[in-house]
Amino acid sequence: MTALVVDTPPPRRIPDRLSTPFRRLLGSWEVLLLAVTIAIFIANSLASPHFLDPWNLSDATYNFTEKAMIAFAMTLLIISGEIDLSVAAIIALASTAMGAAAQAGFGTPALVSVGLGVGLLCGAFNGLLVARVGLPSIVVTIGTMSLFRGIAQIVLGDQAYGGYPASFAWFGQGYMSDFPWWPALPVFEVITFEMVAFVCVALVFGILLHQTAFGRRVYAIGNNVFAAQFSGIPVERTKFVLFLLTGLMSGFAAVCLTSRLGSTRHTIAAGWELEVVTMAVLGGVSILGGSGTIPGVVLAAIVMGLVTFGLGLLNVPGIVMSIFIGLLLILVIALPIVFHRIRSRAAA
Amino acid sequence: MTLPMPAAEPFAGNDVPIMEMRGISKAFPGVKALDDVEISLHAGSVTALIGENGAGKSTLVKILTGIYQPDSGEIVIDGRPVQFGSAEAAIRGGITAIHQETVLFDELSVAENIFLGHVPRTRFGLVNWKAMNARAAALLHSIDAPISPYTRLKDLSIAQRHLVAIARALSVEARVVIMDEPTAALSHKEVEDLFRIIERLKGQGKAILFISHKFEEVYGVADRFAVFRDGRSIGSGLLAQTSQDQIVRMMVGRSVEHAFPKVDVAIGSTVLKVSGYSHPTEFDDISFELRRGEIFGIYGLVGAGRSEFCQALFGVTRPSAGTVELEGRRIDVRSPSDAVAAGIVYVPEERGRHGAVLQMPIFQNISMPSLSRTTRAGFLRQAEEFAMARRYAERLDLRAAALSVPVGNLSGGNQQKVVIGKWLATKPKVIILDEPTKGIDIGSKAAVHAFMSELAGEGLSVIMVSSELPEILGMSDRVLVMREGRMAGTWNRADLDAETLVRAATGNA
Amino acid sequence: MSRLLKHRELLLVAIIVALVAAFAYRAPGFASPESLANIFNDTSILIILALGQMAVVLTRSIDLSVAANLSFTGMAIAMINAAFPEIPLAILIAAALGIGAMLGAINGLLVWKVNIPPIVVTLGTLTIYRGMAFVLSGGTWVNQNQMTPDFLNAPRLPVLGLPLLSWTAILVVVVMVVLFTRTVFGRALYASGGNPTAALYAGIDVGRTRFFAFVLSGALAGLCGYLWVSRYAVAYVDIAVGFELDTVAACVIGGISTLGGIGTIAGAVLGSLFLGVIKNALPVIDISPFWQMAISGLVIIIAVTFNARQERRKGRMILRDAAKSRARPSELAEGAAA
Ligand SMILES: Nc1ncnc2c1ncn2[C@@H]1O[C@H](COP(=O)(O)OP(=O)(O)O)[C@@H](O)[C@H]1O
Ligand SMILES: [Mg+2]
Repeated sequence: MTALVVDTPPPRRIPDRLSTPFRRLLGSWEVLLLAVTIAIFIANSLASPHFLDPWNLSDATYNFTEKAMIAFAMTLLIISGEIDLSVAAIIALASTAMGAAAQAGFGTPALVSVGLGVGLLCGAFNGLLVARVGLPSIVVTIGTMSLFRGIAQIVLGDQAYGGYPASFAWFGQGYMSDFPWWPALPVFEVITFEMVAFVCVALVFGILLHQTAFGRRVYAIGNNVFAAQFSGIPVERTKFVLFLLTGLMSGFAAVCLTSRLGSTRHTIAAGWELEVVTMAVLGGVSILGGSGTIPGVVLAAIVMGLVTFGLGLLNVPGIVMSIFIGLLLILVIALPIVFHRIRSRAAA
Repeated sequence: MTLPMPAAEPFAGNDVPIMEMRGISKAFPGVKALDDVEISLHAGSVTALIGENGAGKSTLVKILTGIYQPDSGEIVIDGRPVQFGSAEAAIRGGITAIHQETVLFDELSVAENIFLGHVPRTRFGLVNWKAMNARAAALLHSIDAPISPYTRLKDLSIAQRHLVAIARALSVEARVVIMDEPTAALSHKEVEDLFRIIERLKGQGKAILFISHKFEEVYGVADRFAVFRDGRSIGSGLLAQTSQDQIVRMMVGRSVEHAFPKVDVAIGSTVLKVSGYSHPTEFDDISFELRRGEIFGIYGLVGAGRSEFCQALFGVTRPSAGTVELEGRRIDVRSPSDAVAAGIVYVPEERGRHGAVLQMPIFQNISMPSLSRTTRAGFLRQAEEFAMARRYAERLDLRAAALSVPVGNLSGGNQQKVVIGKWLATKPKVIILDEPTKGIDIGSKAAVHAFMSELAGEGLSVIMVSSELPEILGMSDRVLVMREGRMAGTWNRADLDAETLVRAATGNA
Repeated sequence: MSRLLKHRELLLVAIIVALVAAFAYRAPGFASPESLANIFNDTSILIILALGQMAVVLTRSIDLSVAANLSFTGMAIAMINAAFPEIPLAILIAAALGIGAMLGAINGLLVWKVNIPPIVVTLGTLTIYRGMAFVLSGGTWVNQNQMTPDFLNAPRLPVLGLPLLSWTAILVVVVMVVLFTRTVFGRALYASGGNPTAALYAGIDVGRTRFFAFVLSGALAGLCGYLWVSRYAVAYVDIAVGFELDTVAACVIGGISTLGGIGTIAGAVLGSLFLGVIKNALPVIDISPFWQMAISGLVIIIAVTFNARQERRKGRMILRDAAKSRARPSELAEGAAA
C-alpha cells in the first residue's frame, strides 16, 4: 500500500478562463437569436412592401415595448426560481386606479404616481406571500391574478374609464420630437417615448443583473437556494425586491398602455402574462431558474414584435397569432432538448 | 463461466455464489463512483461490503436494485447474465434492499409504504387493502415492530421508519437481501434486534449483503467480506481468515495511526460560549466553550441532532432558548448572514445541496459571501474576484482546469476545498465543519485534515462534526457526544477512547 | 376544534353549512332542497374538472389548459352535431372524451418525454387549444337551433329528481374514488407526487404516471366540453375563459397540496361546492357577479396559506422521537393506531 503523501509541491497556477469571451459568445443563444432577428427582418421586408416604412416600423414597436419592460423584471424573477403570473392583472388594477384618479380630476404626474404606486403595492403583496410567508409563487400569483383583476372588475363592471388628461397621452403616443429640449433631428420624429423607455429599462436591468452583486445573488438563489442561504445571501429580501421590481414595471407598463389606449376596461392586457413569460423563455431564460441574460430577452422581444407585426401585415387575426406564441413558447424549450437527445443517441 | 472455488475454507454458506457482479463501472459528472468492481454473494451467507464514505458502496446497491444502470459490467444470477432496467425488474429478479436513505412516503400509511410497487390485488385487479393491512401487520409482528399498519408514516420516529423499511425489504420473496448501512441511526438494542433478523434470513438460505464501516458489527454478523476503496475492489474473502488490521489497511490504504496530522497548538482564551442552547423539536440544552486554536469534535449517531444544532448556531433555524457569546459579547444570530458577519461560518454536510452552487464557476462560489469586498458601490469587479479566488485556491491546493469552471465539474474533495475557501475568504473566527471528509477521496481527506490543523495553528477555532470515530479520535482536542438531541458528555483529548464515545453515543449502559 | 382543523374535509363541510345558513337567513329559500339541488347541478362541471385537475396536482404538476380543452372539444362536438345530426349522442360523448384525452396526452407527452415543466406546457397549450377552437369555427357560434334536441336535452333529463348532469358528476366522483383509492395507478399518483425518489425506488414510473394524469384530466375536460355546450346551448370560442383558475382554486381550497401527494376526493368536491355556493349566493344577496373573480382569488390565497401551515416541514423531530423510544412499546402501538 502506498504511504500517505503530504508533501507540498509549489502551488500550481490555475488559469482564470479556458476559452476567450469571444469564443463563448459565438456559440451562445443570443447570437442565434440575432441571426433569427435578421432573417425575420429580411423575410418581412421581402414579403411586404409596407414593412420597411419607418412609420410602420415605429408603430410596430408598440407590439413589444410595454410587454418587454415587464419581461426584463420577470427575467430576474424567473432566474431566481420564482414566477409572477399576475403581471397582466396588476396592469388592469393599476390602470383602473389611474382611471378612477383621472375621474377625480388628478393631473398627469399624480396619475403616473398612482399607476406606479399600485404596481409597487401589488408587487409587495406578492413578494410578502412568496418571500416572507414562503408560499409557492405559481399558486400565489394565480390567486393574485384573480384578485387584482377581480378588484378591477368590481370597480369597473362592464363600464370603462376614459377622459384622461391630454398631457397623459404622451407616454403611449408621444415621440421624442415632442420634447422641446430634445435635439430636433428628423429621426426623433419616429422614435417614440416607449422605445426610449424600452432601451433605458433594458440598460438598467442589464446592468443590475450582469454587473452588480445583487444580480450575482439572483443567479445564486436560482441555481441553489439552499447553498445561497447557507452562503449568507439574504434570500427572502432579494426575492421580495424582485417581486417589487416586477410590480413596478407592471405599473409602468400600465401607464404606457393606458395612455396609448386612452381608456380602461377590466379586460385590459388580458393574457399578457403568457406573452411576457414567453418573451423571457424565448430569450434563453431557464424556466427552472438559474440562467438567462437581458440581451437575450431584448432580442426575443424584438423577434416577437417582428413576428406579430409581420403576421398583422398578412391580416392574421390576434387569436391565431396567440397560437404562434404558444407554439413558440413550447418549441423554444422543446427543440434544444429534442436535438440534444437525438445527437447523444447518434453519438452512442 | 467461472469455476466454483475449491472448498477448502470453513463453511460460510454455499460456496457457489448465487449472484455475481463483474467489472461494474459507473461514473457521475466529476467522479468515477465505481471502477471495474466485482463482488459475489452466497446463499445462507452474509457478505459485508466495507469501505469508507464515498467508496461507492451505495452506488453498487443502486445498480443492483435497478435504480442506476451501470456504464459497463454484468450481473450474473445462477450463472445467467441479467439486466435490471428498473427497480421493479430487480424485485422480480429476487433482489430486495434497505437503502441507506429511508426512501418512503410520509403521507401514506405504513402498510402502503411496505407494499407500494407490489400491492396485493383482488380478483378484479383492484388494490386489496384488507390483505395488504393484514400482511403488513404480520410482517411487522415478525420483526417485533410494534407499529400499526394504518399509521401514517410521518407520525413515526426515525427508528420506527427504519423498521418499516426493513419490513418493506422483507415483503418481497427475495433471494438476495441488501442492507446499506442499516445501523447508522440505530441504538445498541435496535442493532441487536436487526442482527437477529439477519440470522433468521440467513437460516432461510438467503444471500445477504451487509454494508457498514464499523468493524464490531461486521465481525459480529458477517461471514465474508469485500472491501472497496475509491470506487475500486481492493480485496475479498472469508472474515474468519482475515484480521481487522488487514481489512483496515485495505480500506484506507495505510495504517490508521499515521492518518491524522494533528498538530498540538497552544489553546488560547475562550472564543465562543454556548449556554443552554435548545430547539423546540431537535435538540435540548447544549452548552460548551470553544477556545482559540481548538479543534472541538462533536460525535454521535446519524440523526443525533448534531447538524441541527450546528445549523441553529449558524442561523439557519432559530433556537427556542439559550445564548451564544462570541469573544465575551452576546450575539443574536437570526440568519446565516448574521453568523457570517459575526465570524461564524459553516461547511455543511451535504456539499452539493447546501455547500456549493454547483452550476456556478469556482471564482463566483468563493467570492459569494464576500461580495461586499470584491465590489465597489455594488458593482462587480471581476479582477478582484479572480484574485480572491486564486489566493484561496492556491492555498488549498485546488485542482481545477480554470477558475471559471463550474464547481460541479470538480471531484468531491476539490468541491469541499472550494466551500472551505469560500469561508476562509470571509476571515472567520469560528469554522464549523459538518462531516468534512464525507465522500471525498483519501488524498483530499488528508489535505482537509492537514488544513484543519493549520487553521487551528493560526488561531482559528474549529468545530468538527463527524461520525467517523478515527477522525474524531485523531483530530479533536475535546469531544462532545450527542445522543437523541441531548448532550451525553464532553471529554478531553487525554481521556478519549473509542469505547467510551461509542457507549455515550449509543446509550449502551 | 383542533381536530376539526386537522380534518380539512370536516372544516369545509362546517364552513359550507355555515355559509348556506347565513345566506338562507338573508334570503329564505336559499337552503330549500330545490335550491341546493340547483347549486349542486350548477357546480357539477366544476366538480368533474376539479377531479381531473386533482389527479394532475397530486403528481406535482398543474394543468392550466383544461378550460381551453373544454372550449375546443365543446366546439368540435357542437359542430359535428350541427353538421351530422344523425350521429348518435353516445358516439359524440365518446368522441368528446377521446378528443379531450388526446389534447391531454399532448400535454402529458411534453411533460413526460420532453421534460418541460407542466406550467410552461399548459400555459402554451392553453392559448394553442383556444386558438384552434377559433380556427375550427372561424370565429362563428354554434347556436341552439343548429343542435339536435337529443344533444341539448340529455344533461337536463331528470332521473330520480336530479338532472342527468348532476348524476354524471356523481358517477365521475364514484369512478374517481375507485380509481384513486383502489387502483395501482391511483396510488402511484400519490406516491409519485409525495416523494418522486421513493417512487422510483419502488419501481413506479413517475413520468408515465404524470402522463396518464394529464390524459385523465384531458378526457374529463373533453366530457365537460360536451356538458357545457349542451347546458348553455351555445358554443363559441370564449366559453369557460379563465375556468382553469376555478379548478385550481377548488383543489387548493379542498386541501390538495400543490407540492403533490396530498389530498382527497372529498376535499376537491367540497372545494368545488364551496365556490359553487358562493357563486350562487352572490345574486341572491344582491352582490354583483363581478365580485366573484376577486373572491376566488382571495380564497385561493387564504387556502394556500392555510395548506402551507399544515404542510410545513417539521424537521426530524429528534426530541419527540427520543421521548417516544423511551415509552413502552405497547403504548406506542396503541398511540400509533389511534
Ligand atoms: N447521483 C450522484 N451524482 C453524482 N455523484 C454521486 C451520485 N451518487 C454518488 N455520487 C458520488 O459517488 C461516490 C460514491 O458514493 P456512494 O456510492 O454513495 O459511496 P458510499 O455509499 O460508499 O459512501 C461519491 O464520491 C459520491 O459523491
Ligand atoms: Mg452509502
